[in-house]
Amino acid sequence: MSAPEENGQGAGEPGGHGPAAERTGVAGQVAKGPGADPPDADPPGADPPGAEPPGAGRLGAGPPGASTAGPDPAGMDRAAGPGVPRRSPVVVIGGGPAGMAAARAAARLGVRVLLVDSGAALGGQYHRQNSLAGRDRFALPPGVEHLPHSVVWALEPVPGGGHRVHLRTGPADGPGRTGRSVETRALVLATGAYDRALPFPGWDLPGVFTAGAAQALAKGQGVRVGERVLLAGTGPFLLPVAASLTAVGAEVAGVLEAGEPVTAWLHRPADAAAGWRKFGELAGYAALLARRRIPYRRRTAVVAAHGADRVEAVTTARLDAGWRIVPGSERRTPVDAVCVGFGFVPQLETALAAGCALDGGFVAVDAAQATSVPGVFAAGELTGVGGAAPAAAEGEVAGTAAARLLGARAAPPAAALRRARAGRRFAAALARAYPVRDGWRTWLREDTLVCRCEEVAYGELHRSVQERDALGVRAVKLVSRAGLGQCQGRVCGPNVACLTGVPDAAAFARRPIASPVRLGELAEPPEADPEARPQ
Amino acid sequence: MRRRRRGPEQGGGAGAAGRAGSLLIVRVDGEELVTESGQTVAGLLLALGRVSWRTTRGGGRPRGVFCGIGVCHDCLVVVNGAPDVRACQRLVRDGDDIRTQDGAELPA
Ligand SMILES: Cc1cc2nc3c(=O)[nH]c(=O)nc-3n(C[C@H](O)[C@H](O)[C@H](O)COP(=O)(O)OP(=O)(O)OC[C@H]3O[C@@H](n4cnc5c(N)ncnc54)[C@H](O)[C@@H]3O)c2cc1C
Ligand code: FES
Repeated sequence: MSAPEENGQGAGEPGGHGPAAERTGVAGQVAKGPGADPPDADPPGADPPGAEPPGAGRLGAGPPGASTAGPDPAGMDRAAGPGVPRRSPVVVIGGGPAGMAAARAAARLGVRVLLVDSGAALGGQYHRQNSLAGRDRFALPPGVEHLPHSVVWALEPVPGGGHRVHLRTGPADGPGRTGRSVETRALVLATGAYDRALPFPGWDLPGVFTAGAAQALAKGQGVRVGERVLLAGTGPFLLPVAASLTAVGAEVAGVLEAGEPVTAWLHRPADAAAGWRKFGELAGYAALLARRRIPYRRRTAVVAAHGADRVEAVTTARLDAGWRIVPGSERRTPVDAVCVGFGFVPQLETALAAGCALDGGFVAVDAAQATSVPGVFAAGELTGVGGAAPAAAEGEVAGTAAARLLGARAAPPAAALRRARAGRRFAAALARAYPVRDGWRTWLREDTLVCRCEEVAYGELHRSVQERDALGVRAVKLVSRAGLGQCQGRVCGPNVACLTGVPDAAAFARRPIASPVRLGELAEPPEADPEARPQ
Repeated sequence: MRRRRRGPEQGGGAGAAGRAGSLLIVRVDGEELVTESGQTVAGLLLALGRVSWRTTRGGGRPRGVFCGIGVCHDCLVVVNGAPDVRACQRLVRDGDDIRTQDGAELPA
């Protein structure tokens, strides 16, 4: 893979400092050592009592790694520039509940914000707007520049502190997009998550969708993925999808929950209660299922899809507590679409590009949403999956902390901090209540595709890993090709890691390019950052 | 400030699902048809009753939408001669020429 070099070239001036190098008067803004805050962090004494200052949590989270210029205690490292100036805007990546809340909070404190989102309209997944409606439900305060149709495809540290964010704006994957790079000292990552799909025989047939796809198409396009649809997987998110599908006129043949959620919830009622708002929402969906007589079955899954060129039927089966098929329980059901979702996988590319430490597969943050990397905050489903309300609370905390880092004076957002903390407990309770059990591996056949892009079957993966004794993500990818295709392991990563026993599933997200760019785009000269011109 | 909005948003003032923005003319595998702005290529193709519009490089197997949010790259399609465009992410624009993608294609 030669992309890292191309990446650096497209970014311009590898090793150079760009405009920042010419600036004077900001000397002294050199990182003081591992874990040191930029000197212009919060004024002493201004820290909220309930929250650690941004970056406080990173002392225990290990060194920032390769993401920052080599720390130089004496401040004399010639390679370290003065860093990004303090007047840079807060840059928020992602326009979902978390990103919007972060942008609002920072802008309210008088800090300029650039909100970059790949969607056509604000809202992210939860508040996905129907893009045919031609009306925007969300207004952001002045001071927020919203860049729709814009993807962040690379991120690099600026010597001396801060990051340079590379983005492209224009029709998705088209050759004519506009490039731009922005420098910032306070970066908020709010890139959200996507559905985890487990493989099963026939899951590569057209007509098999993720639950999120059905949801996005119903909400965003008013399109139903099938006439008669079965939902299968684990977790409460299957319920709103059932509701959306019925709203666009599909017949929902059933909702199959692989786990045993009710007993799981009861183990820790206090944590479950932390998500009471979500419960109200869920109760509403449950009532809808009952009204529509949509069957909801526990310990049941879709274990095969059938059809020549598209789904015509599926096999469902009862599962034991470890998710193995109960022999003899298989039933064939005619459907033209099946939607699966087994929880969510955080969209980690930009966080990993920044060098943020992870915890249990999600971005590790402290109470102020600071990651292990100075000047980088994370909010929303990147840090754990608890739904839209906790994501927004985290966004507000992150946006406030980012603004404070740039010098804004602000009281700690006490209410948001409380909601974010409750949300974290709720997310942990959710994760405990809906674990993915290993028995799904027994659903696979030799010829079941594990990697959809490179069309690597289970048998092939197994053989190539065994024969060549591959350990670790890179080795597994190279010997089997799994994870080397167009999606770069986003879909198969967690599953291949589980099947091959490699320890670091998140390593599948470590890719040089966060979002697809065309080769021609990489060759273009970089566009200067209009925001970062001499101050 | 850069080009902020284009296409779909210009429809303006339209109500809930179903009410159209402006009308567009596009071609899908050579056939001309009228659609509305704000639709994604995937939304358009699914609404036309198609579930697949690409074949895989290895097995030549049909694929369409899988993740719906730009992650999986199953939904690739050729738009105006450029292959590997994610249909679920691309909004249709007037005059677009949308074609099925066969295996790995080179840009026109
Ligand atoms: C498809 C889908 C549908 C969902 N629908 C619901 C629902 O109906 N109800 C519910 O309770 N929960 C739903 N969820 C769960 C949902 O993830 C959360 O409730 C909530 O939306 C999380 O908010 P967030 O701000 O963390 O992330 P998101 O809402 O996911 O927002 C992240 C945003 O970041 C953008 N982004 C990501 N990477 C980049 C990049 N490199 N450059 C630029 N932009 C980028 C994305 O396009 C997206 O707009 C859904 C999840 C998915 C995956
Ligand atoms: S359906 Fe997954 S990228 Fe379009």
